[in-house]
Amino acid sequence: MDQKLNDILLQNNSDKTRLINILWDIQRQYGYISREAVAQLSEALNLSPMDIAETISFYHFYRTKPFGEHTIYLCDSAIGRMNGYQAVRDALEQEAATGFGAVSADERFGLADTNCIGLSDQEPAMMVGDVVFTRLTPAKVASIMADLKAGKAPADIANPQGHDSHTLAYVESIVETGIQNEGAVLFQPGRDYKALLQSGLGQHPDEIIDDVTVSNIRGRGGAGFPTGLKWRLGREAEGAEKYIICNADEGEPGTFKDRVLLTRSPKDVLLGMIYGGYAIESRFGIIYLRAEYWYLKDYLERQIQDFRNDGLLGTDILGSGFDFDIRIQMGAGAYICGDETSLIESCEGKRGTPRIKPPYPIQQGYLGMPTIVNNVETYACISQIIEKGGRWFADIGTEDSTGTRLLSVSGDCARPGIYEIEWGMTLNEVLDMVGAKKPMAVQISGPSGECVSVAKDGDREICYSDLSCNGSLMIFDESRDLLDIVRQFMHFFVEESCGICTPCRAGGVDMRTKIERVIDGRACQQDLDECVEWGALMRATSRCGLGTTAAKPILTTLDKFPELYQAKLSEAKHALLASFDLEQAVGEYDYAFKALVEEASK
Amino acid sequence: MSISITIDGKEIETEEGETLIDVAADNGVYIPSLCYMRGKPCLGTCRVCSVKVNGNVMASCTVPVADGMEVSVADPEVADMRKALVEINFSEGNHNCPSCEKSGRCELQAVGYEVEMMASRFPYRFPVRTRDHASEHIFLERDRCIFCQRCVEFIRDKETGQKIFTISERGTGAQIDIDEELANKMTPEQVTEAAEMCPVGCIIEKGLGYNDPMGKRKFDIKSLRQRTLEGEEV
Amino acid sequence: MNKPVKEDETLAHHLPTTPMDPDVMAARNAKIQVAMIGLCGCWGCNLSFLDMDENLLKLLEKVNINRSSFTDIKEIPVRSAIGFIEGGIANEENIETLEHFRENCDILISVGACAVWGGVPAMRNVETLEDCLREAYIDSPTRPLQQPPTIPYHPDIPRITKKVYPLHEVVKIDYFIPGCPPDGQVIYKVLDDLVHGRPFSIPAEINRYD
Repeated sequence: MDQKLNDILLQNNSDKTRLINILWDIQRQYGYISREAVAQLSEALNLSPMDIAETISFYHFYRTKPFGEHTIYLCDSAIGRMNGYQAVRDALEQEAATGFGAVSADERFGLADTNCIGLSDQEPAMMVGDVVFTRLTPAKVASIMADLKAGKAPADIANPQGHDSHTLAYVESIVETGIQNEGAVLFQPGRDYKALLQSGLGQHPDEIIDDVTVSNIRGRGGAGFPTGLKWRLGREAEGAEKYIICNADEGEPGTFKDRVLLTRSPKDVLLGMIYGGYAIESRFGIIYLRAEYWYLKDYLERQIQDFRNDGLLGTDILGSGFDFDIRIQMGAGAYICGDETSLIESCEGKRGTPRIKPPYPIQQGYLGMPTIVNNVETYACISQIIEKGGRWFADIGTEDSTGTRLLSVSGDCARPGIYEIEWGMTLNEVLDMVGAKKPMAVQISGPSGECVSVAKDGDREICYSDLSCNGSLMIFDESRDLLDIVRQFMHFFVEESCGICTPCRAGGVDMRTKIERVIDGRACQQDLDECVEWGALMRATSRCGLGTTAAKPILTTLDKFPELYQAKLSEAKHALLASFDLEQAVGEYDYAFKALVEEASK
Repeated sequence: MSISITIDGKEIETEEGETLIDVAADNGVYIPSLCYMRGKPCLGTCRVCSVKVNGNVMASCTVPVADGMEVSVADPEVADMRKALVEINFSEGNHNCPSCEKSGRCELQAVGYEVEMMASRFPYRFPVRTRDHASEHIFLERDRCIFCQRCVEFIRDKETGQKIFTISERGTGAQIDIDEELANKMTPEQVTEAAEMCPVGCIIEKGLGYNDPMGKRKFDIKSLRQRTLEGEEV
Repeated sequence: MNKPVKEDETLAHHLPTTPMDPDVMAARNAKIQVAMIGLCGCWGCNLSFLDMDENLLKLLEKVNINRSSFTDIKEIPVRSAIGFIEGGIANEENIETLEHFRENCDILISVGACAVWGGVPAMRNVETLEDCLREAYIDSPTRPLQQPPTIPYHPDIPRITKKVYPLHEVVKIDYFIPGCPPDGQVIYKVLDDLVHGRPFSIPAEINRYD
């Protein structure tokens, strides 16, 4: 029995629901998760080795083989590709002396791709160890690689002034937290959390829930469920324990608002979670933090510890008799874990497969107990609502979309970053505010949202009943190849699909093939009609939100930019279908023949 | 509690909370499915049992019936969705019925007949999948896997309760794996149970070929539709 | 429009012919024209066609089979209503033949597993063409060892396609009869329905993929 592994098991109580943490601890200790390690875990946790392997293989960041002293994950996103990603990628391959998906001969560097890491306002960006490097250029890559080769640790390169990892200064030396405007609700400075919580706990839980209900706040993640109703149901649900979970997975490409909230106002989020626990009678809060935000982890742990030190977390909080504490659960690289039931599965140490509903997490969530899952921004807003009243919040924004919306703006604009807007602002007003340059298309709510045309939709309002937005807003100007961006989005969904249900796992691939066919100039009208049909199939029959929305990049651009598709359509050649590539079908023989002749001549 | 729902306009008396696909079968309405096993927890992976419930498309194995529910099975739009989902399974894998040991007792094939699939509307992919013949008694023929998860969820080592079949990777790259050690501990009855539980020809018993002649195979004798309507538990 | 058949265009040999009775000829030309072919298939579906036994006589009351392996007519001589095609696409000659059928038939039917989805020949689709050729012509245990391996490569020899394709991925196909082969009576039912203007239908009880 390996002693270090034994320690890891002990620290995690040999609890198989903590498998995600155990696997991280092993990988951080040894650089990868070996078969021997899995065998030991299997004994200790009563899971077959393959059962553990199935969880390891689900998550993007777990490695079962050594992958370099430094594993570098370069973010491949639409925004990155618009900002010099290719040159940075080439530079990395050159500097590391290896291609992507492989390790250098001296085993110092492994290069891998990864999807959006929440830094759309400062791409190209890459993850190395626990830190990230942003605003990359080939020159910057060369400099970083030189430092790594010289033996410097990634954290020392990113944080040359040597700030401790639990400080705000550390976080801000690594990433920019660009808040571009002052809004009505969030990022308020100088809050006295102790006094606020004292006042809040002076109310009855029902009053807390009433306040949230009166505010009419809807969840600030993707779904927009009325939070007051969710908390009321949570309070009414029966269970031996109840759980409050903060969804900090923020995987939707183009979204980085939660990163900024957790950086600039972490205690707002914690306070909101405490109110949640108090309202539904839960003793345990979990922040599910995506692995791509590892550089926030120590800082957030310190924020939680601050609250504990001040008596705002722990037992008998501020003498109220209410117990509540919060732990951080790291993710391990899976967009699907932003879905609440997948997130819960992950918290239980399993693959992030969405659950069948019913039952809903409110009744049977984490460990089968009543669970509230809310977004980071939702908790932050609630911390303000309880201070200033539900009525105050409801008076901001529009009637059906109360309060403010944080927008993560990126792409073709002068001032990317975080904006806090009142619901009801028009798209044109937003584009004006951010300094959009000749905008043609805007991707609202990321790939799972809709691509809107500035020309056609500029006067529409950002609100739940019109242009609903989950925070991600990517701007594309007239020079961008929108069809290629659609293809990238479809590829994203194919990569991130959990695979458990047929319409998404299989349909996503067929939809991606369709857009590739369009781009290749081998599509006809029937292909476009089939895109609509097959998209409707995925929408109607998929098991979770990923599958339901995965076809939208094609469907929404077909709707708003039909001319782009029409221009690529091909006529059938004689009797052959346009989609049949005769040259490729028949020409392959020539290549094969020549290759074999060459082989034989050696 | 007794309630009443309608299926395709026909009023049906049933108990609240019963599973819709079962209620339909018990009342002469066949809803095709691939992953559902009557009497076992719902898996909800194949989505072939999709019907319209109060106008919304849902997988009928996941729906507990409630009073006043209006269900449409025969609605042409959702019937075509079921057919499409069956078709996409065929083109996603390598389903060579003429050479398959499971032909004639294969649920995917039987459901294909029921939805009147002739050819898949989706491109045939011919994916490269490896097979796993390492265990003593089981061929794992991944060409035919439809990812229903029955083997992963319902087949366990009797001694430890551990999974014998697992699903690794994710998305289109996912594959079912077999724990060789645990598989070799299975009794012949357990092996047969696993092979029969697999709706397709992915889990195949070694040493057992095309044991029933055409005309005398499971679904030749009685169709899957008939068996479902009779409430047969697999 | 049905052009009358010119005998010398369709017969493969050059022995003298005797003219057909004009009434019979007229009756034949007035029937629904059906052309048949096997592409990359085993011809089993064509054989299974014959298994409709005496129903063939009933069918022939309404149908005239022109190009086919039974009549040994090697080109489609007139515009045909139905093209009955077994076998998938595995070489460039298959593609040409399929195009010829699409251009000369109103309706095309993919008959049998090979035509419908590729069938047994399509089992090679999980390999590269290069690997297939190497296996067949270089590493083959039965190739003559006295001479160096030869891979066919000549303008007169149709090149094998990169993959084996179902027919409907190459041209528009109107109907499909699955089976390996489909039962003769199922084939009869489909053709009988079509020539009588009834909709295509192969109910679950008689449909078979194997």
